[in-house]
Amino acid sequence: MAKLTIADLKKIKEDYHQGLREGGFRVKITVHMGTCGIAAGARGIMNTIMEELAKSNLKDVAITTSGCAGLCSQEPMTTIETTGQPPIKYTALTEEKMRKIFAEHVVAGRPVTEYALVAGHETTY
Amino acid sequence: MICAGTGCVANGSLKVKDALETELIKRNLQKEVKIVLTGCNGFCAKGPVMVVYPEDIFYQLVKPEDVPHLVEEHFIKGRPVQKFLYTPPADKNTIPVMNDIPFFKHQVLRALRNRSLIDAEKIEEYIARDGYMAAAKALTEMTPEQIVVEMKKSGLRGRGGAGFLTGLKWELCARVSGDIKYILCNGDEGDPGAFMDRSVMEADPHSVLEGMIIAAKAINAHYGYIYVRAEYPLAVQRLQLAIESAKDHGLLGKDILGTGFDLDLEIYQGAGAFVCGEETALMASIEGKRGMPRAKPPFPAVKGLWQRPSVLNNVETFANIPPIILHGADWYASLGTEKSKGTKVFALSGALNNIGLVEVPMGTPLKTIIYDIGGGIKNNRKFKAVQMGGPSGGCIPGSLIDTPVDFENINKTGAIMGSGGMVVMDETTCMPAMAKFFLEFTEDESCGKCVPCRIGNKTLLTILQRITNGEGREGDIELLLDLSQQIKDTSLCGLGQTSPNPVLTTIKYFRDEYEAHIKEHRCPARVCTPLVKFVVDQSKCKKCGQCFKACPAGALKWEKGQVAYIDPEKCTKCKSCIKACRFWSID
Amino acid sequence: MSTEAAAEQTATNNEVILPEMYTRIDAIIEKYKDKPGSLIPVLQQAQEVCGYLPHLVQRYIAKGMNMSPSVVFGVATFYSYFTLVPRGKHVIRVCLGTACYVKRSEEIIEKIKAELDLEVGEITRDKKYSLEAVRCLGACGLAPVVVIGQDTYGDVAATKVMDIIKKYD
Repeated sequence: MAKLTIADLKKIKEDYHQGLREGGFRVKITVHMGTCGIAAGARGIMNTIMEELAKSNLKDVAITTSGCAGLCSQEPMTTIETTGQPPIKYTALTEEKMRKIFAEHVVAGRPVTEYALVAGHETTY
Repeated sequence: MICAGTGCVANGSLKVKDALETELIKRNLQKEVKIVLTGCNGFCAKGPVMVVYPEDIFYQLVKPEDVPHLVEEHFIKGRPVQKFLYTPPADKNTIPVMNDIPFFKHQVLRALRNRSLIDAEKIEEYIARDGYMAAAKALTEMTPEQIVVEMKKSGLRGRGGAGFLTGLKWELCARVSGDIKYILCNGDEGDPGAFMDRSVMEADPHSVLEGMIIAAKAINAHYGYIYVRAEYPLAVQRLQLAIESAKDHGLLGKDILGTGFDLDLEIYQGAGAFVCGEETALMASIEGKRGMPRAKPPFPAVKGLWQRPSVLNNVETFANIPPIILHGADWYASLGTEKSKGTKVFALSGALNNIGLVEVPMGTPLKTIIYDIGGGIKNNRKFKAVQMGGPSGGCIPGSLIDTPVDFENINKTGAIMGSGGMVVMDETTCMPAMAKFFLEFTEDESCGKCVPCRIGNKTLLTILQRITNGEGREGDIELLLDLSQQIKDTSLCGLGQTSPNPVLTTIKYFRDEYEAHIKEHRCPARVCTPLVKFVVDQSKCKKCGQCFKACPAGALKWEKGQVAYIDPEKCTKCKSCIKACRFWSID
Repeated sequence: MSTEAAAEQTATNNEVILPEMYTRIDAIIEKYKDKPGSLIPVLQQAQEVCGYLPHLVQRYIAKGMNMSPSVVFGVATFYSYFTLVPRGKHVIRVCLGTACYVKRSEEIIEKIKAELDLEVGEITRDKKYSLEAVRCLGACGLAPVVVIGQDTYGDVAATKVMDIIKKYD
């Protein structure tokens, strides 16, 4: 890996934002996998998503992980972001709920209100 | 905030900005309303979008010709314009937005700024959110003196518990000459009930590394350690990966970002000793010794690790540093109270509806944290107290729930800010037993070096044990108070100096409970088994039968419409009935 | 039993250390012996090899690292991560952090102690289980927490804990 310069840092940042918005994926699923999330079963949720994705043959869905989302008592959690829509956080997931969310929100683009906790981003300074 | 992401610019967001500027000048509002262009909001299909603070109103599909109307209605009359409000996709029930949910509404994320937004294992995602830009600024545009000045001006105080000014700590070390210095990160999060640092290390490890680079430049250190508890395997793994990928990208190691500055970092796994959270003990531990504190001075800034000048900061402190350098001290100091600036992360747990990790501006009232963010007490029970600061802290009672949470005000209650554990207790918690719990902890974790802590805490524990066993004596409360003061005054390190705090605060606010244990042989919370009679109070029993259903031993006798009865022969004193009874009718 | 007494007992209990364990410990010592301050990582890794830190291994490490055995013993007994007694096939760890305490994790410990007839830090006669109390696993949202082997269980009731344990045989 080539050593970065400050100009490179800026370029990575720009490229990254471009990629996520235009060239890339329609849906981004983030599974929150901190210690508490994993203890509450986040790995099982991750596996379910992988299975559903494989079954669906969708090519425009990105799966990623992130750390603790802060609301430990509602783990496991995922955040699903589709282009043009605010990210939606789903909480207290089970495999069954996740399958439904995948079919409704990821495939058909309709958020599942009954399992959704909140839409939008948190306030960062 | 007007979105200037590619999508919105294409939809004309810059024209909206121009129109807004013109309109604000026309109305003479330019000083009251500040326009900020932001990165993409993610609502590209609805662009141009804008968010108006402090109300956090989200407008979509705004056109330049709509601006005068919007300014008139919103900024002058204070009425959000319905037409442009964001409406979630049509559905029977709509999904609430962040501001509808108190858990999110009262939080401001600075140390946790990347939470749930980035993949901790991908450095590009950190960089995409301004990652390493602060390090770049510190390395190229700032002298060590300037960094120290900026840090001091920001008012950031150490987040590990004691609240020492971070800039001042750096200045002390920067002034000491020496070719070898160390920058150290304290990730030995030992307070039971605290998991802030774990979360930062797991979710955003690069923010810690970046903070350390900036600190290293300020004190001129080229080597550093991150001391992490071995109980946090995921944090260790993610930090390790972060260090490796930062090295690969030239963000650690030799000649960082081509600036000529070198810094190597290494992880050191602690082996489980609470006292190693104390700085001199932590350094002894890295040297491979028993982690025992030593007397100060000399301070670590002068003689620290391997006798070299060293600076040790906590994980959360480091995570706060990059935004301070990037946005400036004034920005940082704009939140918080007079002497406690910025935000603080708390680990909320215990008898609350919402348990989790929260970040709020300093000065937020306890009430907001417990009732709004925490969602109030679980099972509609009564709030009794909140424990802050772990074994070094104390219990703050319900009567002080309006206390603003900052260093000064929390100290006034007798508790301490600590590293950020907040354990909330309802009426089913017994205060003398709580104090005993913490003393068991400190007695176990005392390193044994100095007498007041080693023997004093043991004695405190013995007294608390007899009180909770129903063998308390007249004068025990006074004895506890006297001994506590002596331990505080004469111990060598922070552990001993603060270990009596749980005893002192529970006596201060819940003396009646101690007296009930000692004089009446009664535990009001029904926690101390030897003091519970396991008898149903006939006058209080509502004949509901919940206790009967809960009893696993078949000791409860109950029939519909009848007062329950506990058969002492069969009762195993498991307390299932006490937990099931909502009327406190079992004594 | 005090830690020291336990250590003495194992020292006389014919500690079995396989030759291949010594080979692996040699490699660990070789890697660290010239690096100052590396006793703790050496002990951590040796414990991974043996499952605990037998007396003989401590002496062996002391010799390899050119240290007095008392220094090694001092460090090994200071930190709670190290154990001088063997662990059971399944290690049951009950969290005694504040959040778990408030949710009565002590009652879980009492239940396990009574059912398995052992104390905290001990191992059952059939060597199947050992019981440890730990200070905060950082999963306070799931309190009270019990960890068996690598599996974490949250919201555990004292009355139900034995059902979980019995799943591990």
